[in-house]
Amino acid sequence: MSEPARPLGKDLIGLEDLSADQIRTILDTAEPFKEISERRIKKVPVLRGQTIVNLFMEPSTRTRISFEFAEKRLSADTVNISSTGSSVQKGETLVDTARNLEAMKIDMVVIRHWASGAARFLAERIPSNVVNAGDGSHEHPTQALLDLLTLRDHLGDLTGRRVCVVGDILHSRVARSNIWGLLKLGAEVGVCGPRTLLPRGIESFGVEVFSRIEDAIEWADALNILRLQLERMQGGFVPSLREYNRVYGVSTARLEKAPRDVLILHPGPMNRGVEIDSDVADGPQSVILKQVTNGVAVRMAVLYLLAGGAPERAEAAKRRGMGG
Amino acid sequence: MSQRPMLLKGGRVVDPSQGLDDHVDVLLTEGKVSKIGIDLPRPEGTEDVDCEGTVIVPGLIDVHVHLREPGGEHKETIATGARAAAAGGFTAVCAMPNTDPVIDSPATVGFVAAAGREAGSARVYPVGALSIGQKGERLTEIGELVEAGAVAITDDGRPVMDSGLMRLALEYAQAFDIPVADHPEDLGLSRNGVMNEGVVSARLGLAGKPNASEDVHILRDLLVAELTGGHIHIQHVSTRQGIDAIRQAKARGVRVTAEATPHHLLLTDDAVDGYRTDAKMNPPLRSDADRDAVRAGFLDGTLDTLATDHAPHHYDEKEQAFDDAPFGIVGLETVVGLILTHLVHTGEMELSTFVERASVQPARAFRLQGGTLVEGGVADVTVLDLDRTWTVDPSRFLSRSRNTPFTGWELRGGPVRTVVGGRTIWTLTGGPRS
Repeated sequence: MSEPARPLGKDLIGLEDLSADQIRTILDTAEPFKEISERRIKKVPVLRGQTIVNLFMEPSTRTRISFEFAEKRLSADTVNISSTGSSVQKGETLVDTARNLEAMKIDMVVIRHWASGAARFLAERIPSNVVNAGDGSHEHPTQALLDLLTLRDHLGDLTGRRVCVVGDILHSRVARSNIWGLLKLGAEVGVCGPRTLLPRGIESFGVEVFSRIEDAIEWADALNILRLQLERMQGGFVPSLREYNRVYGVSTARLEKAPRDVLILHPGPMNRGVEIDSDVADGPQSVILKQVTNGVAVRMAVLYLLAGGAPERAEAAKRRGMGG
Repeated sequence: MSQRPMLLKGGRVVDPSQGLDDHVDVLLTEGKVSKIGIDLPRPEGTEDVDCEGTVIVPGLIDVHVHLREPGGEHKETIATGARAAAAGGFTAVCAMPNTDPVIDSPATVGFVAAAGREAGSARVYPVGALSIGQKGERLTEIGELVEAGAVAITDDGRPVMDSGLMRLALEYAQAFDIPVADHPEDLGLSRNGVMNEGVVSARLGLAGKPNASEDVHILRDLLVAELTGGHIHIQHVSTRQGIDAIRQAKARGVRVTAEATPHHLLLTDDAVDGYRTDAKMNPPLRSDADRDAVRAGFLDGTLDTLATDHAPHHYDEKEQAFDDAPFGIVGLETVVGLILTHLVHTGEMELSTFVERASVQPARAFRLQGGTLVEGGVADVTVLDLDRTWTVDPSRFLSRSRNTPFTGWELRGGPVRTVVGGRTIWTLTGGPRS
């Protein structure tokens, strides 16, 4: 028996590890999967008989549900484990959790963990496919992929396009994954935020650094606005939410001064009136809900490819499901 | 207990404490170096040790090790640590006090000293805590600790944040002629850092400790030592700015000694890539420029003492997410091969300078016996084979722990025999001997 082709390798840990071609393959594979979610019967038998564990060691609503929809629409069997009320709370180590899951013969683990490197740690220790659903401040590859897909839907080819990630870059896995993904697809990348929330040495990634939001808006074709975590205020990184909104908040007044229409993305959940004003979030340039829709398609594509699905057969796989 | 005299024959003796580098024999009797020369008298019952092709040096001393006992016996004990030291070519080590309970009383100092004697391997010198419970509030009874056997004081592992307390320690310790050893780190600047702050930490999404977190306290320690006239011993220096500051302080006569570790001499924060917890230590591995500065400082003597900061941890503890894994790596059983291979054989460092940094100066800095083969001195001797090649294999360590970033490194040169008080405590071929 020959090994299934693995266009992504065994795991998806981060976009830093992927080539531009691999990223394009995922985005292209997501295209046919978009349509499945529009049907009355939203299910294809692509992952029938496969067991997927969603291991969420940190609270998450959106990402967990999006993965679960993706898994169910591909007909996988899924089990959800969260940190509260599980053996993890009883002090079980990540290694032991992993070994126990493996012993129950599973096919894939989707992991969200508060520690940077946790997804890779797991991937190195179990033969199942591992999908990183966000590890500490490291990477959140499927979020960046859905951002890229949404940007591509609206801007076309991203080569030479300017995308600025705004907010807490220091602690953000979304920022890191976006930076790698955008750079690999040929976009110009900016980051903007208070200096306390920008990692020292960020310039070496090959990004433009803006300390004033007005400059970022003038420069960018699209803004990806990060949520300001409440902990950052408690940690003293920003003096107050009010001040953050006054200095870094994206408002209609600020956007109106831009030389072009700036596309607005936000990975959610939003703090309205803090990093983004409501009229921007709900305004004509916002593609925030399209990101959410694309999230399911991108995650279906990732699961399909990791399971050994051939990119060129995604269309056929989709049609095979037509009968329900 | 009387023991047989020992005649180390045919080796090259390198002892910078007396400017000696010559092919001479060494006679050890009654736990002392009794004679160095050729055609030595051979007392009744002498054990002859053929040292042809090897180098005989004063016993190596590591002034910075963590032996974990009491409280961390699953990582290391005083006995296993002392045997690991012997297997690494060390005749003496100084055990840090950050155990559980902390070594902050005459009784606990006495416990470490007694357990060290009982191990009957490398000498184990206790280092006492600087403050009670290492809480950084009040000085320990330093006089009583010294009387019980402490050779220095330190709050290593828990930085002394109160500069006033550091002043008191540097003043008070002078009466007992011991160094105050400091782990320089401003906790406000290192915050929750787990590695060096730099490009690698930015990529990995790990919180960083900037160089400044170390530099601020090195500068403080130097200034307070200058103010008080006390002897500050700065541990495991890892930053270029810190080394510059020490170099300048030495030039103006501040009483300062300072350590270089093998890992800060040889590795950078690139070793952390892939979230390798065996490259997690404090201070962290830093940039290329810092590593180069540590080397330059070690070569020119600014960093006068080689120390491993041997920090054993159980494999379960290192087998965790990077944030959760404890700081520290073992060092006793690899350092000699690492330095010989990467500094001496490359021609960067003279063999005698290595011996100066690893034996003569540690003994001087901590006022320990040994560090010399002068006649009448203690018979602590290390025999090195400069050319034996070997591969670092943690499963063969005598230490109870295996946490090293040097696994698989091919090395040239290492110890073949360790002699303490005229008694062989370890040989390469025979393993540990009692």
